[in-house]
Amino acid sequence: MLNLDQYSSLGAVLREALDRYANETCLIESDRDRERTRLTYSDFKDMALPLARALEDTEFRANDRAAIIMTNQSKWLISAYAIFHCGGVLVPLDYKLSADEHLQLLEHSQATVLVVEFHLWRAIMQSPDFKDHKLHTVLVTEAPPSADLGGAFRWEEFRRKGDPVFKPRLRADVACIVYSSGTGGRPKGCVLTHENYLEQCKALTAWYPFWPGVRYLSILPTNHAIDFMVGFIGPFVCGACVVHLRTLRPEYVRDAFVRYRITYVSLVPMVLKNLERGLKAKLQALPGFQRTIFRQLVAVNKFFTGWKPDVRLSRMLLPQVHRAFGGQLRTMFTGGAFIEASTLQFFYDLGVPIANGYGLTEAGTVLTVNDLKPFRADTVGKALPGVELRVLSPDEEGVGEIAARSKTIMSRYLNDPELTAQTIVDGWLLTGDLGRFDGDGHLQLLGRKKNMIVTEGGKNIYPEDIENAFEGINVKEFCIFAANFIWPAKELGEEMLVLAIRLETGQEFSEALKQEIDQRNRKLPDFKRVGGYVLWERDFPRTASMKIKREMLAQEISKALSRAAMVQL
Amino acid sequence: MRTADQTLDEILALAAQHFKVPREKLTPDDDFFKTLKIDSLQALDLLTRLEHHFHVELPDYELQGVTDFRTLAGRIQARL
Repeated sequence: MLNLDQYSSLGAVLREALDRYANETCLIESDRDRERTRLTYSDFKDMALPLARALEDTEFRANDRAAIIMTNQSKWLISAYAIFHCGGVLVPLDYKLSADEHLQLLEHSQATVLVVEFHLWRAIMQSPDFKDHKLHTVLVTEAPPSADLGGAFRWEEFRRKGDPVFKPRLRADVACIVYSSGTGGRPKGCVLTHENYLEQCKALTAWYPFWPGVRYLSILPTNHAIDFMVGFIGPFVCGACVVHLRTLRPEYVRDAFVRYRITYVSLVPMVLKNLERGLKAKLQALPGFQRTIFRQLVAVNKFFTGWKPDVRLSRMLLPQVHRAFGGQLRTMFTGGAFIEASTLQFFYDLGVPIANGYGLTEAGTVLTVNDLKPFRADTVGKALPGVELRVLSPDEEGVGEIAARSKTIMSRYLNDPELTAQTIVDGWLLTGDLGRFDGDGHLQLLGRKKNMIVTEGGKNIYPEDIENAFEGINVKEFCIFAANFIWPAKELGEEMLVLAIRLETGQEFSEALKQEIDQRNRKLPDFKRVGGYVLWERDFPRTASMKIKREMLAQEISKALSRAAMVQL
Repeated sequence: MRTADQTLDEILALAAQHFKVPREKLTPDDDFFKTLKIDSLQALDLLTRLEHHFHVELPDYELQGVTDFRTLAGRIQARL
């Protein structure tokens, strides 16, 4: 592994990795069961440098911003490196957002370059706001030969001969602007420096090292902080290989473990539960006596791995399980959302080490990870090296808001000093999550102080971002909350959004109104939908500028109504 | 060549069989996430089953934003 202390930027360390590991495989891209691309670090360099050179010719300069909107694939990483080579600031956007949302964030980030897949660009071009975009250069990947690209270039043809000049950056310079939310309301663009990433990478690889020959299966979107770190920066600085799948179909994900003999993978709870369901169904289908033997072997495995994982022993005891995961899997990482302890325990008992962690975009990537010494299903692990955590104003059970201080914490929110000042106080990041530490220094998460939910798919959903979708419904006023924000619960899981409705005087909650709400709800992606509503009989408290005082309204509702008053949608 | 109605009907039957729900409980405009109580990965699983049945291939993004059987049938019909 490269010594990260010797480098001042992501561009510098990646540049060194491309030379140091020239003959190692760095990327494999597979579409279902068809392998599309296999690149060595040397091949990667040969593709990235002509792109960087062509970017130079467009007047793309150090500190200019370039956005990427793509699914997980090799061109994502090649483009990102080319941007860093030119000294640019990367703006990775979530490909699952709508075209309007993409345009909003492109505008907010002031990106001048966009690298985008054709089907996403086609949707963006159809948006009414498209004509107002301020992009200078757009590179579209995989466009059909006769497609109208609206003035954009084809990524595959956008290259120039000659060596591009490498633009050095300082550790304090901005590396990325990553949006943690805010398309409908207040965009939260986390400004992360090169130091944030280098320190995060150093901390993570100290506990979970990569090396040439390791294969990391990249399933989480690369724009997500976790995949960007453990599915790009971490493997690359160690000469490891990243495997991209162009589909998330569970069938092909399962195949990829075997075909590519995966070493590490990061999964959101939804995918983990899907794997658990599949394995349980297979175990259930075993004949009775085989099932009994299998259970006994699981018990033996549990006995010998209770204090420390021993994957070699587990592979011998339970070969059929480990074959299903390719036989080389060392650890599965999970986090980003609540996951039931029983699911984690299920995999660990089968001899598949699983490390649950906790982090947020504002903190770089991860603050805590389970170090498996021993495995704990009931916590999100211990603070990573260099991360200080504390519980603010703990109650009698030791529960309070988690605050974090480390070199991985973002420098600020883009263009929002007020929100930055509320979020980073005296160098401590106020996470908005509630938790406590146990005697072994493990963190237990027990709820949220902030008005948001995290879905099983690891998406942060802020209620303010959803409200646009209900604008104009036939009520006097409405507001959306995370149910746990109104009725705090000292646990995570089952998080949902609730619509607080104030009807006009004399108005009744009619079937037509219910249908209107249902229709609006259905237009939202499934993970953004509102799960229920409450009727509120007083006017909403508002500021002088007529903004809803959300916290006050939540408190009023909480005092007057129980959670049972919420009607499911 | 199947008609759009035939495609829709076959999708409803396959979804009912795949998720073990009575066929008569499913209607073309149902929000399948809600009616079948499934997540997006289970929806992708269904899509794989449908691809095998209809001998077509749809990229994952074709399902993005699709929540009802009728729209899903339209996407598949367009590729038949």
